[in-house]
Amino acid sequence: MRYLPKSPAERQEMLAAIGAESIDELFSTIPERFRLREPLKLPGPFSEAEIIDYFKERAAENSVGYTSFLGAGVYNHLRSVVTDAIIQRGEFLTSYTPYQAEITQGTLQAIFEFQTLMCQLTGQAVANASMWDGSTATTEAVLMAERVTGRSRVLVARSLHPEYRDVLKTYAKNSDLTVEELPFSSDGMLTQKDLRAAIKDDVAAVVVQSPNFLGVLESVPELAEIVQSAGALLVVAITEAVSLGVVRPPAEADIVAMEGQSFGLAPSYGGPFVGVIASKDKFVRQMPGRLAGQTTDAEGRRGFVLTLATREQHIRREKATSNICTNQALCALAATVHLTLLGKQGLREMAEQNLAKAQFALTELTKIPGVHRTFSGPIFNEFTIELPRSARIVNGYLLREKIIGPLPLGQNYPELTKNALVCVTETTSRDDIERLAAGMRRALEQPL
Amino acid sequence: MSKRIKKATRHTNQNEGLIFEKSSPGKCGFELPPLDVPAVDPVETLGANHRREGVANFPEVSEIEVIRHFTRLSTWNYAIDLGMYPLGSCTMKYNPRVNEFVARLEGIATEHPAQPIELSQGCLKILRLLENCLLEITGMDAITLQPAAGAQGELTGLLLIRAYLEKQGNARKKVLIPDSAHGTNPATAVIAGYEVQNIKSESHGQIDVDKLRDFVTEDVAALMITNPSTLGIFEERIPEIAQILHAKGALLYMDGANMNALAGVARPGDLGVDVMHLNLHKTFSTPHGGGGPGAGPVAMKKILEPFRPVPILVEKDGGALTLESVRPHSIGRVKSFSGNFGVLVRALAYILAYGPGIRQATEDAVLNANYIRKHLEGVYDLPYSLPSMHEVVFSDAIQRKNGVNTMDIAKRLIDYGFHPYTTAFPLIVPGALMIEPTESESMEECDLFIDAMRSIAQEAAENPELVKTAPHSTRVRRLDEVGAARKPILRWDPSRQPTAEEHRHRHRHAKLTEPTPVTPTA
Repeated sequence: MRYLPKSPAERQEMLAAIGAESIDELFSTIPERFRLREPLKLPGPFSEAEIIDYFKERAAENSVGYTSFLGAGVYNHLRSVVTDAIIQRGEFLTSYTPYQAEITQGTLQAIFEFQTLMCQLTGQAVANASMWDGSTATTEAVLMAERVTGRSRVLVARSLHPEYRDVLKTYAKNSDLTVEELPFSSDGMLTQKDLRAAIKDDVAAVVVQSPNFLGVLESVPELAEIVQSAGALLVVAITEAVSLGVVRPPAEADIVAMEGQSFGLAPSYGGPFVGVIASKDKFVRQMPGRLAGQTTDAEGRRGFVLTLATREQHIRREKATSNICTNQALCALAATVHLTLLGKQGLREMAEQNLAKAQFALTELTKIPGVHRTFSGPIFNEFTIELPRSARIVNGYLLREKIIGPLPLGQNYPELTKNALVCVTETTSRDDIERLAAGMRRALEQPL
Repeated sequence: MSKRIKKATRHTNQNEGLIFEKSSPGKCGFELPPLDVPAVDPVETLGANHRREGVANFPEVSEIEVIRHFTRLSTWNYAIDLGMYPLGSCTMKYNPRVNEFVARLEGIATEHPAQPIELSQGCLKILRLLENCLLEITGMDAITLQPAAGAQGELTGLLLIRAYLEKQGNARKKVLIPDSAHGTNPATAVIAGYEVQNIKSESHGQIDVDKLRDFVTEDVAALMITNPSTLGIFEERIPEIAQILHAKGALLYMDGANMNALAGVARPGDLGVDVMHLNLHKTFSTPHGGGGPGAGPVAMKKILEPFRPVPILVEKDGGALTLESVRPHSIGRVKSFSGNFGVLVRALAYILAYGPGIRQATEDAVLNANYIRKHLEGVYDLPYSLPSMHEVVFSDAIQRKNGVNTMDIAKRLIDYGFHPYTTAFPLIVPGALMIEPTESESMEECDLFIDAMRSIAQEAAENPELVKTAPHSTRVRRLDEVGAARKPILRWDPSRQPTAEEHRHRHRHAKLTEPTPVTPTA
């Protein structure tokens, strides 16, 4: 077997050195009746070429050749080949969590840079070394707010990603948390009035997403004021992180829970991505997850270590701030390399292109008779449109034209069955948008 | 007049600053294709209150600077690709490159989780095949691939148990956890809404089965067991343990962190385990990547199947696969989308490479651990003498007499070119040295490691100071962790740090320092 560096003779030599008659002797503590006699029924062994063939065959059964207008928490953005070249270096790829600081300074410094970038982007003072994804980061942000406030009621905007809300509910079910939902108005936003009506002094956190799941930007500063004056924490979730290149960051939020997939990570059927938690300095000891900190070595040189570990499970066990251990370090590195490449100018330009494409798409699609913009609030690169008939049926027609249409919203918002969420990014060409508009026009002209 | 050239001892590639310190306005490492639709005015489009004028202090560097920066950083890391990485409990085995290749294929990496199910059949077939392979390896009845990592797998497993017990009428209050367990076990139990009751191991490091009988009351929901234990020892009485729990209506959870000792040899499902998680980044070779990503599938017995988290992969009439999100008894969703799909792809590629031969990997892992044990026994104290499986745990009891502890030995090991073993864990061994070589090490690499460990033991006896001040060969030495925690600096702050200009100035005028002497070793 090509992965195993031993010859049969060496195996024998090692057994002899141990003083064992056979390899089975080393498994003698497993009761005889539980030891497998038959080989496992597994496919293989396969050569490298056969493995590649298998996955290429599966790839061909997926969506290659289709143009997609899906976003909803997972976005197609340009990625430089440099990012993959760096993260595939064995020194990063095959290194463990940097507990032994002297020989993991590369990973540690990169995490420190990641934390810095996340602070700069979100307008927050401290960011951790990564969470599993945006959904679990949002849940952990709520659990953190519960620890900070000692309260247990949580208000969640209905315009928060439906899967994020589901994950929060799963975690909340077994704790003292109660989760209630806040509505969105005709502009797609959470109104100050609705928030004021719901908030009381028993609320630990209010969770909004911006841009929200319907594509609309929330007025974070105004919401923050209301939330904070009630003694609660405002958690702002971000699923489309590229928006931060042109949209004011939620600096007034107490905790930002972000999905960083847009920063150099492939959609990869939903993972692995990179969750981010960023917050105020004063809450750092309630944060979940790893943190890299700057320090000096025995000779006064700058170096980095994992720090404030007394929050974490391997030290604190049942009193830890979270059970997270393995995080998404390599994805965080990819985001760091990607953002460093983009730089100030590249990120801004990418964000502005998304803005322009979305405005173009909105204009083109709403030219179609019967197609309207659903919500009037400001948008970044996603927006909701209302169609004269079911979005699912329209999408079925578009598939025939090799177009994966915008996400039908009916499944998650029964009142929005005729609505769909359109996403365009800098990777969507003018031609793609015009094809979608033409296809949608034809679809709507089809007899019912 | 000849000017003697002094050797520049600290090359800039050993003295790389932060990327922010290399930044200067106007540089860029990425260019976008031109915009093919009319540009818009952000203020007009977003409104002045939403408009951002660029990200302050964001780096501005060119592509070659990015490449050099991160390549230089990478050289400061130890990695499996460089040599043996014997971190106990972490299973640092070879990460096959074909896994990376297939995870990046067009049609795999490019797929969107919300795309139509008929255009996702390739992804779903991959998930289904992986499910079947992991069920065969674990001997369980049902599985979920959703959890993002081992700790989330633990939580999912406990939530399954809770849902099952609730359906029986009583979720119960407590989860029993041995004192040798990973820290994630108790941390997870609390999130699942359970009280943790720690149970002491008996004198051989195993679960005290007789005492267990007293602990298992009608209040106990489950026992979380690691098998082989974190001492690398198989819990011989596990079938009996399962019986004790089952007799009181409690379930047996197995932490599968050490599955590398069992794959192809024995199946937890046959041993009476009700539910377990697997760490694909351990046993199934997906790269640790400096701390993640991982994946923590949870395999279970039939009784827990109705409670699996959504989405659930099901086969429709006609053979097409689909994902179902509405299930009446499900514990709900634990993570968005379809788990860490890219990690799952890599794990399947690993399994396909071995097929039934995965047993050979397990045998070699156990062979390596026992070979190392044999050669270091007596040189280092072996606190628990039961046979070892995939890892062996020594203590620093002998070296401590000279004031040398496990951390010192670990740091000295770095000078010999190895990554340290796991120190100070499991907690039941004071001064533990937890060594897991995995199957990826040749006899030669094991011999080199043994020589290094023997040599360090000798140094600890003859020149303890040398060991206590190690490492002597690294770029930085013994970092001040206490200072880092007392006044945390968690991000680069231009107001606190020299500016890029100052840094360059300082760099140009820096006194070249002599290298730290590398102490020759015997």
